[in-house]
Amino acid sequence: MVFDLEVVARYLPFLLQGVGITVEFTLIAFSAGSILGLLLALARISKNPIFHYPAVAYIDFVRGTPLLAQIYLIHFGLPQIFGYTPVGYIDALLALTLNSTAYIAEIMRAGIESIDRGQMEAARSLGMTYVQSMRYVILPQALRRVVPPMGNEFIALLKESSLVSVIGMEDLMMRSRMMAGRSFRPFEAYFTAALIYLALTLTFSRILGWGERRLGKSAQG
Amino acid sequence: MLKVKDLHKKFGDLHVLKGVSLEVSKGEVVVIIGPSGSGKSTFLRCINHLEKPTSGHIFIDGVDLEDPATNINVIRERVGMVFQQFNLFPHLTALENVSLAPEKVLKVPRAQARERAKALLSKVGLSDKCDSYPDQLSGGQKQRVAIARALAMQPKLMLFDEPTSALDPEMIGEVLAVMRKLAEEGMTMVVVSHEMGFAREVADRVLLMADGVFVEEGPPREFFTNPKHERTKAFLSKIL
Repeated sequence: MVFDLEVVARYLPFLLQGVGITVEFTLIAFSAGSILGLLLALARISKNPIFHYPAVAYIDFVRGTPLLAQIYLIHFGLPQIFGYTPVGYIDALLALTLNSTAYIAEIMRAGIESIDRGQMEAARSLGMTYVQSMRYVILPQALRRVVPPMGNEFIALLKESSLVSVIGMEDLMMRSRMMAGRSFRPFEAYFTAALIYLALTLTFSRILGWGERRLGKSAQG
Repeated sequence: MLKVKDLHKKFGDLHVLKGVSLEVSKGEVVVIIGPSGSGKSTFLRCINHLEKPTSGHIFIDGVDLEDPATNINVIRERVGMVFQQFNLFPHLTALENVSLAPEKVLKVPRAQARERAKALLSKVGLSDKCDSYPDQLSGGQKQRVAIARALAMQPKLMLFDEPTSALDPEMIGEVLAVMRKLAEEGMTMVVVSHEMGFAREVADRVLLMADGVFVEEGPPREFFTNPKHERTKAFLSKIL
């Protein structure tokens, strides 16, 4: 039993075509999740119960249930209740976005809460409203602090996005499964896919690390 | 200018302020001393509602802070506060620290807000530090920026919460000098401090707070040389 490089070479272009979808899903879900996650974090730290409790419930539910279950729920469950024809692409994006929103919200919350209380007090004592204080004083500091954990979340999301293959998205994972089926060489197929995932995560963590250092230089204190 | 009537503040079961009253007229400098934990800082923080009083009334320029119709942000614009830990905004330069609130709250145009901020920084002797970030400044410089930041809102009343307690001894003088200058210019000030020299020279009135009440008050000369209450005598003997 030898590793068949010839099979890998033959299927590599086929696999790489799936990288586009994987990266696309990750980027879109991460961007949308960042914006929604920030809003959710603000709701979570709000003292107003109308914002606070739904935010807590949402975060707990999403973080406490498997992404796979969430994907099935959105793709198969919701159409049954509301009687529409599911679109895999939209459901996959929706599931990834809603999932990353919850994790990012917790990252943002930790970042906001790590800022010294005195910062909010100083801002309020100058006559700034809560919203102004958040926007001009707390968030600029908090967002710098969350860059490293956000990088981790990005990497995690990139890997988790492989789950959308279960509802037929032709991402890298799906294509490796197709390659395994067609070539009868599952080891080569999945090993190559794993290496491509590794290359992606290493590349992105390099980029993120570089961004972090640049931000570190411009961020004083 | 400032009138506090029968102020109480409880944190759960802890009764910190037990009926505090104080009147400060325009241009007056009042120094509050007292043992730690006696409620001095809580009292100051109630005046601009960083802490909400449990009961009692605070009037600033005749406006009742406890009235639900009072917009606390408008009151805070008129009341500057300087903190023991400076609380400068670390992501902004000294100049931006000073110009931020006028720009965002008073909607002063940016160029004008910065011009004013420059003038204020030079007033506190830091015209060469406009572009420095807080972590590039010494403690005394930070506190002077913090004073300039509070002044930028053109407050009518300034609150100082132990402004020199976190400073190295050699930096206390420069901060006190700025405060002295402010007092001379007629700023109304309520200062919580243990700087007896400052109290003696600058204060119009000194008050001793102990266990959540004002025990004694008087002009500094009398207060320090001829205290009437045992509590005051005991406290002064420990710190003088």
